[in-house]
Amino acid sequence: MSVESVFPRLEPLLPTVGKPIQYVGGELNATVKEWDDVTVRWALMYPDAYEVGLPNQGVQILYEVLNERDWLLAERTYAVQADMEAVMREHGIPQFTVDAHRPVRAFDVLGISFATELGYTNMLTALDLAGIPLHAADRTDDDPIVLAGGHSAFNPEPVADFLDAAVLGDGEEVALAISEVVREWKDEGRPGGRDELLLRLAASGGVYVPRFYDVDYHDDGRIASVRPNRDGVPWRVRKHTVMDLDQWPYPCKPLVPLAETVHERYSVEIFRGCTRGCRFCQAGMITRPVRERSLQTIGEMIDTGLKESGYQEVGLLSLSSADHTEIGDLAKQLGDRYEGTNTSLSLPSTRVDAFNITLANEFSRNGRRSGLTFAPEGGSERLRKVINKAVTEDDLIRTVTAAYSHGWRQVKLYFMCGLPTETDEDVLQIGVLAKKVIEAGREASGRRDIRCTVSIGGFVPKPQTPFQWAAQLDHETTDERLRKLRESVQSDKRFGRAIGFRYHDGRPGIVEGLLSRGDRRVGRVIEAVWRDGGRFDGWSEHFSFERWESKAAEVFADQPVDLDWYTTRERGHDEVLPWDHLDAGLDKEWLWEDWEDALDPDALEIEDCRWTPCYDCGVCPQMGTDIQIGPTGQKLLPLTVV
Amino acid sequence: MSDGSTTLRGTPNPEAPNPQLPIVQRLRIRFAKRGRLRFTSHRDFGRAFERAVRRARVPIAFSSGYTPHPKISFAGAAPTGAASEAEFLEIGLTETRDPEAVRAALDDALPPGIDILEVVAAREGAGSLADRLEASEWVIELRDTPVEQAQVAVDAFLAAEQVDVERMTKRGMRTFDARAAVQSLSVGSSDGPGVAYAILTVVVRHQNPSVRPDDVLSGLRICGDLTLEQTPLATRSAQGPLDAGTGTVGDPLALDRDAP
Repeated sequence: MSVESVFPRLEPLLPTVGKPIQYVGGELNATVKEWDDVTVRWALMYPDAYEVGLPNQGVQILYEVLNERDWLLAERTYAVQADMEAVMREHGIPQFTVDAHRPVRAFDVLGISFATELGYTNMLTALDLAGIPLHAADRTDDDPIVLAGGHSAFNPEPVADFLDAAVLGDGEEVALAISEVVREWKDEGRPGGRDELLLRLAASGGVYVPRFYDVDYHDDGRIASVRPNRDGVPWRVRKHTVMDLDQWPYPCKPLVPLAETVHERYSVEIFRGCTRGCRFCQAGMITRPVRERSLQTIGEMIDTGLKESGYQEVGLLSLSSADHTEIGDLAKQLGDRYEGTNTSLSLPSTRVDAFNITLANEFSRNGRRSGLTFAPEGGSERLRKVINKAVTEDDLIRTVTAAYSHGWRQVKLYFMCGLPTETDEDVLQIGVLAKKVIEAGREASGRRDIRCTVSIGGFVPKPQTPFQWAAQLDHETTDERLRKLRESVQSDKRFGRAIGFRYHDGRPGIVEGLLSRGDRRVGRVIEAVWRDGGRFDGWSEHFSFERWESKAAEVFADQPVDLDWYTTRERGHDEVLPWDHLDAGLDKEWLWEDWEDALDPDALEIEDCRWTPCYDCGVCPQMGTDIQIGPTGQKLLPLTVV
Repeated sequence: MSDGSTTLRGTPNPEAPNPQLPIVQRLRIRFAKRGRLRFTSHRDFGRAFERAVRRARVPIAFSSGYTPHPKISFAGAAPTGAASEAEFLEIGLTETRDPEAVRAALDDALPPGIDILEVVAAREGAGSLADRLEASEWVIELRDTPVEQAQVAVDAFLAAEQVDVERMTKRGMRTFDARAAVQSLSVGSSDGPGVAYAILTVVVRHQNPSVRPDDVLSGLRICGDLTLEQTPLATRSAQGPLDAGTGTVGDPLALDRDAP
């Protein structure tokens, strides 16, 4: 049975909403397939506005991987803005995909990619607009399987009530595996309905189905146990790891929108994973081991990607791009290849290392030389040792001196506030450091007009990291520390305008903390906030801390837990954590020892296992994976550029 | 506005950073915004066109300076949501190209719905393209309005000397006269299947503030008590020099088309 497009009903309403282009689709390289030509149909959602969601790599990769199969179809859907939501409710238009404007409820799977927990309320809007019951328990065989992925899926417990399933880790292979299971079940005539399909997915060991696990609690609110309630459902669900990135060179044909979006460039992942061991970094813990893409594949992807998209900028993505074993060759060869073409190359996520200035110079040969960003993360040497980010003050000064003397005028420094063991003094050190940076820069460049921007984010302890047990700093103290820091810099006339500050108040971090380390009881808070109008929590103009605070108080009124219990409370060694049954490969004992090392001033630095012996984090043996790094000695293909 | 070195007419400034190749050919382009892509804003289109130029491998000239910009100048863009068969822009190239080949390549590099209709080489000394865009002809479909009802409103509008309308602009609510800019306004009837409805054809002189199709509709609402259930589809059918005698809109590329 074919499904009708909602576009004829939508089109007359589009002139009445803001930025209507975000709802019409028609991107270059978008794929629209005949509904009846395929067996399994995916709606892929990025739960934020189109301008944020469209460039998302995860969605673009899965969109292409799925659509390449002739028995599969994938379309995309995004969070609609408040004005559009009102129009859709008024006219009874359901949540739709932008590709063929098909109603989301008609698909077999609704896959939602959560890069951040702040998209949870937007998921509820989409489900509600789609006509899909919010609670998984209320869904029928006519509803899609609602499946979460992305980094937040490493603890999906706060949204467990709303999800049918979640997958951990790399999506390429598991999305196809799930499709196979769905196809088989449909081909067999859907035996046992939705329950049977979910059971088959759960039994595979690679798909987490929350309803097949029961959670029990102690009287004091802590979790007593999480255990499967069905035969054939595993005790722990494992993450997925794509081992050979050269086999998965996606996106090949990037989606190029007409609407303005947050990233307008062709992005290629040059490797996945990071083993630097920064203790705050969830991405670095859950994406292990490091798997590099070869120079040749990177070269081919960039060549095709630029031709297919017409973009003028290439982003070389990873968690720490300068760590690719052949980054120097890559920079040089790309610089040569695109010389004189007004193509610029960017390298996000660089470490504090003078070598990066050489790279940055190479990358700016063909384009802009605006600003460089470094992330010391901690203001004081002591604190950087706590987080295992071994950057000395000398390293930083050497690096910025090199940058300023090579003509860079602006350096951005990224720090966190609220790290474990942090004191006022540690945060004030950020200001001292920024002043030293400006002094060094003025000396190196011989100019007064150089700038240093200090950007500060509030630290939120994340699941599956050594800091998963840590107490989050309350927002009052966070704000107070940032106020003292700003005063200490602004009171010094010699630096007043040379140092810029960018930071948010501490309150959104507390909500992120609740959603990051929460358990199933937090779901009621999310729903209450959403029912009260909570949307787009990642947008400061929409976010309301008061709403979250008051709804949490209401929901937890008769419970032994509250907002503080989930955020500012330190957890003990023996506490069952809500995500313990979700296996990122990390040995919990190793994480605990690493947490103890963080608190021990005499503990040694954890070095990167790419270049030093294995320190037994557990991932490789547990997951059957290996570090995959070069050098390969390969070259980019000798392509000529017109 | 100076951005470093090359302008569409100027010569490169050798002192500017990132010196670029000079412009050797200027091409003038007519394109259409159709169907759902009529919701593309002017800004969105600008960036999409830049990318299409790169995909089509058109040897576009760049400005010099720290942030080189491709040499593309837009003229008289239709409002977001309005369709158009007559949008214009001009690009500067660093190598001479066959205009028809450029047309085909650009059209291929843009999604269906943004369609490149014609490309001609600019004739030197024949004046700027923007100066030739004096007026537009719009066709506005009033799908829920009978012809007779529209005619009453149109007659009242034309009989008035001044019709003040309001529109929200970036600088707040503005009130201005929508009548003076209207050269002509007539009502026709749809001839498709279903109930016949009114189709307006209006020629509007370009002025500041510009009078757009929705301003004319606001004027009709005020003069003739015209109520509209849906936002009508407006399509720019022509844009160019205004023939003072006939009151019709001419072809702005005519002066370039037969350039030697």
